[in-house]
Amino acid sequence: MDPQTSAGDLRLAHLTKTFGALTAVEELDLTVPQGSFFALLGASGCGKTTTLRMVAGLEEPTRGRVLLGDRDITRLRPYKRPVNTVFQSYALFPHLDVFENVAFGLRRRGIRSVDGQVRRMLSLVQLDGYERHHPAQLSGGQQQRVALARALVNHPQVLLLDEPLGALDVKLRRRMQLELKRIQTEVGITFVHVTHDQEEAMTMADTVAVMNAGRIEQLGAPAEIYEFPATAFVATFLGQSNLIAGDVSGGNGGDLLVTAYGTRFSVPSARSRADQGPVLLGVRPEKLRLAAAAGQVPAGHQHVEGSITDAFYVGVSTQYLLRTGWGTELSVFVANSGAQERFAVGERVVAHWDPRHAFLLGRQVDEDDRTAPMRHEPVGASW
Amino acid sequence: MSAPAHVPTASGEQPASPAPAARPGRHRFLPYLLLLPGAAWLFLFFVVPLVQLAAASLYDPAGSLSTGYALTWSFDNYPAALQAYWPQFGRSFWYAGIALVLALLMGYPLAYAIAQKAGRWKHLLLVCVIAPMFTSFLLRTLAWKTILSDNGWLVGLLRDVHLLGPDGRLLATPVAVVLGLTYNFLPFLVLPLYASLERLDRRLLEASSDLYASPLKTFRRVTLPLSMPGLTAGTLLFFIPATGDYLNAELLGTPNEYMIGNVIDSAFLVRLDYPQGAALSFLLMSAILAVVFGYLRNAGTRDVL
Ligand SMILES: Nc1ncnc2c1ncn2[C@@H]1O[C@H](COP(=O)(O)OP(=O)(O)OP(=O)(O)O)[C@@H](O)[C@H]1O
Ligand SMILES: [Mg+2]
Repeated sequence: MDPQTSAGDLRLAHLTKTFGALTAVEELDLTVPQGSFFALLGASGCGKTTTLRMVAGLEEPTRGRVLLGDRDITRLRPYKRPVNTVFQSYALFPHLDVFENVAFGLRRRGIRSVDGQVRRMLSLVQLDGYERHHPAQLSGGQQQRVALARALVNHPQVLLLDEPLGALDVKLRRRMQLELKRIQTEVGITFVHVTHDQEEAMTMADTVAVMNAGRIEQLGAPAEIYEFPATAFVATFLGQSNLIAGDVSGGNGGDLLVTAYGTRFSVPSARSRADQGPVLLGVRPEKLRLAAAAGQVPAGHQHVEGSITDAFYVGVSTQYLLRTGWGTELSVFVANSGAQERFAVGERVVAHWDPRHAFLLGRQVDEDDRTAPMRHEPVGASW
Repeated sequence: MSAPAHVPTASGEQPASPAPAARPGRHRFLPYLLLLPGAAWLFLFFVVPLVQLAAASLYDPAGSLSTGYALTWSFDNYPAALQAYWPQFGRSFWYAGIALVLALLMGYPLAYAIAQKAGRWKHLLLVCVIAPMFTSFLLRTLAWKTILSDNGWLVGLLRDVHLLGPDGRLLATPVAVVLGLTYNFLPFLVLPLYASLERLDRRLLEASSDLYASPLKTFRRVTLPLSMPGLTAGTLLFFIPATGDYLNAELLGTPNEYMIGNVIDSAFLVRLDYPQGAALSFLLMSAILAVVFGYLRNAGTRDVL
């Protein structure tokens, strides 16, 4: 079995895993094209690791199938799968040194001369000279890199990465991201990459899937998901969003009209996930702009008046918190490009946006309460 | 003094004096103090008898309990004892070695199953391993005498399936002694092995199988090396008492199966030949030490693999 000749996409069909009463992964249906970089993003405990384990063969699915090309590998033993994993917990062999850890997979496949490959891989993860160290003598980041090298050296058909860069400092993290991306494009290995870091997912992946409570809420190219999220969860988990609860009150040519708190807004229907009933009107904080008076709002822009309750200066931008007339808060990021005046806390301002940057999501009647705790940063989604 | 004056010492006394310097001093002798009872115990009940035994092994062999012994530094006691009893010596290691192999074959899977597979039955099974220890060694071995007896069900069964001839027997044969040794010392092997295997991280086994190792290779490359500390300890805890044992040979064997323990036993308690008994004891001790050191060296290098 040579991992590199049996070509094919990784396909999960109705993949489900339950632990007793808990459904960790529910009806997962997706295709990861061969050689693509796929990122799985989601909150802690949403089933990312469980999904990877089913692909690796370490967890038996309750239902559904795992296919590699047209080969059904659902019941194939893990050691027979052309799949390798970088484990979230590293799982390095404590009795073997770094060299032997990395050589483990090669040796088990009966490859004799492993020296060159192992050393090349170690220098790739910047661990030359650490060959004879034992895992216990390494820092967390070094262990993580050994785990990476140990999986990567096998050139598997699919590489599963469970938060492989979590323990690295920002600089090394960026380097490893670039390296990973380079290796991935060079060798043509399919990467399935689990991460908490949305920026990492967006910069590296061809396709991002956002998972929530065992289901995939949205799947697509990073820019596509970010610009036009499908659900409130995605809108707030991937970046931040201002979500204003309202109701569709009619149409106007290619636009939908939404009434929220007595004010009417319009959204292009091409940017709507729902065209009637209760909805959430979404605008990303960086798409909002501030003006001192309604008269300065450009023609065609929607606007909301309010007063500034907080202003955080974060270097590249200033993040404002705006209390609207009806009492909810909006978050606004303004780039510190020098082109815009700065506002002080307490000032009355007008926030405005181009309707083509807004998006409309369907809203369950009780949704405010359900999704409100998803805000994971102090300045974030507002309703 | 460079320490900030306002920082109070942990004990709260003498805040401005050289109290910080005194603290390590006060604790320097504490560990030794705590060692004292153990050291005294070891000295009284190990070192002193050992020296006494060493002296006894060099007594004039012509002496006797009634006429008294003289310390004549007669090193000849050693070759003489070895010459007289080398078959029993060899037998001790031979029997203990076979028993060890049998115990490993049974004990490793047992320890593995209890540690990794038993789930909620784990503790019950552990108690079962230890439970025989609740009765005396003597009683347990006597029970084996019944099990292995010529009229027992086991011999009957073995005769029926022709594994034993019509007059074949188990009791009073080397087989019985080896079985007795295996049984009696099995827990000493299983418990340290269990402790090692219990600590074995499942995720390492998963990583191994993710890296193309079949279950057999995973055992060979991950499980076995990681259980080496328990395996080494268990092997020694089994082998050392088994080699010096005399009860199994006495109760389950005949003088033809006697081990060196039986000889030492009779030298001290029957023949009252103290110099010979002492010399044999030292010979046994050094032989075991040699085996143990040889084994530990090997086990040590195997650990690195
Ligand atoms: N062996 C198991 N037995 C019972 N429940 C489990 C088991 N493994 C995982 N779970 C549960 O399944 C759910 C999903 O777990 P999983 O490890 O896939 O989360 P995750 O998305 O990887 O989270 P994180 O980002 O924190 O690593 C969790 O609620 C977890 O408690
Ligand atoms: Mg996880």
